[in-house]
Amino acid sequence: MSEIPDLADATGDPAAAEPGAHGGPVLTAHRAGLIGCRSCGRVWPPETRECARCGEGLVPPDRRGLQAVWAWLFAGMIFYIPANVMPMMNTSSLGGLGGGGDSTIIGGILQLVHHGEIFIPLVIFVASVMVPIGKFIAIIWLALVAGKPATHEEAHSRLKIYEVVEFIGRWSMIDVFVVAILSALVQLGFLVSIKPGPAAASFALSVAFTMLAAQSFDPRLIWRGLPLRRRKDVNE
Amino acid sequence: MSEQVEYDLATGEGLTACPRCDALYVEEELSDGETARCLRCGTVLARPRAGAFTQIIALAVTTMVLMVGAIFFPFLQISRMGFENGTSLFGVAMAFSEGILAPLAVSILGSVVALPALRAALLVYTLWPMARGRRPYRLAAQAFRLSEKMKPWSMAEIFIIGTAVAMVKIGGLATVSFGPAFWAFGALIFVSLANRSFMSSATIWDAIEDGGLHTDGREMAEQK
Repeated sequence: MSEIPDLADATGDPAAAEPGAHGGPVLTAHRAGLIGCRSCGRVWPPETRECARCGEGLVPPDRRGLQAVWAWLFAGMIFYIPANVMPMMNTSSLGGLGGGGDSTIIGGILQLVHHGEIFIPLVIFVASVMVPIGKFIAIIWLALVAGKPATHEEAHSRLKIYEVVEFIGRWSMIDVFVVAILSALVQLGFLVSIKPGPAAASFALSVAFTMLAAQSFDPRLIWRGLPLRRRKDVNE
Repeated sequence: MSEQVEYDLATGEGLTACPRCDALYVEEELSDGETARCLRCGTVLARPRAGAFTQIIALAVTTMVLMVGAIFFPFLQISRMGFENGTSLFGVAMAFSEGILAPLAVSILGSVVALPALRAALLVYTLWPMARGRRPYRLAAQAFRLSEKMKPWSMAEIFIIGTAVAMVKIGGLATVSFGPAFWAFGALIFVSLANRSFMSSATIWDAIEDGGLHTDGREMAEQK
């Protein structure tokens, strides 16, 4: 039986407890034939269905859970298409004489670049184009490699990517909020007025579905593919 | 402190699994000020702090007060060549109230106003009796779990960044003036940041359990 570190081993100054510094094999609840709660950390016998402390449903860390990730991810990717094709905002200035009209995400960025702006179109491009597409790619990759054999370094870089995806998910909503604020505020009658377009809704749905995809990914799978012992031990 | 702790590998009694990576640890009561992190992935496993509950409650009440101000006071106002228009937070959500975008208005109100306020209320409900050394309310566990579930969907701080981006966008177009609701919302960011440093959900779960709420008979006795 592998030795289980005490919780006390994990205390002390944060520098000493740098993640991954242990280097050795770690006994997980799953390997010990138990099931751990993803919400509160309580450990239960494997056949338990629900955590009696916090009420969370208990699921073993296996690749079956990835189906939900794929489902939410595809929903998010599908809604990202109309979010780019349909107009995000409709601007009309001087009663339509001063230009304006429908603008999509990319269209709006190009328009700003055309006016000689650099910083704002860059921010919008990063928030609305690079981040969503980067998230799709990251989740696809995580779902493909989850549970496959990995070294400790690989597992740590996967965890990093998962944490970034999880953290950044909500921030994509910025674009929807910007459209809402602009449409509520810029209502100067004849002078200039802004109306929201249907792309705002599809963009919000795309963000929400991608967040659900990231939430249904079980980070415990990242560590399942680790060798039970260090290779050195195996060779002995 | 490090006396021999009982655990049972057959039932999981006295053990804690890292919620992130499933690494197994023997549960121990930490002394005040200590932080337990998972050796493998660095997730905070426990972080007891004296008086943390009182501080979380204070910050949650602050959130609710600021939220009331943010709803009822004017949010932003612009003017250009004699034309003027102002909006409240409610007005921002209502920008989507026409046609097929209507559900979006509801979700904006929800994520920016309702969820942060509801989370604050749930935290107060969970922690109020425990901060005063009493038994937690009957639904404390459900309330806290609900509040944890809402966490990623409450987007008050994202909304304020969105406001900043919108301001930069119309900066050249019109003169913008900020209402009290804007400043109330700005203050909310700092409150939520402060709250994050006090919160440790694992410690709150332990406290709910130690408070005698749970009936599974596996609570660790509080070590004096």
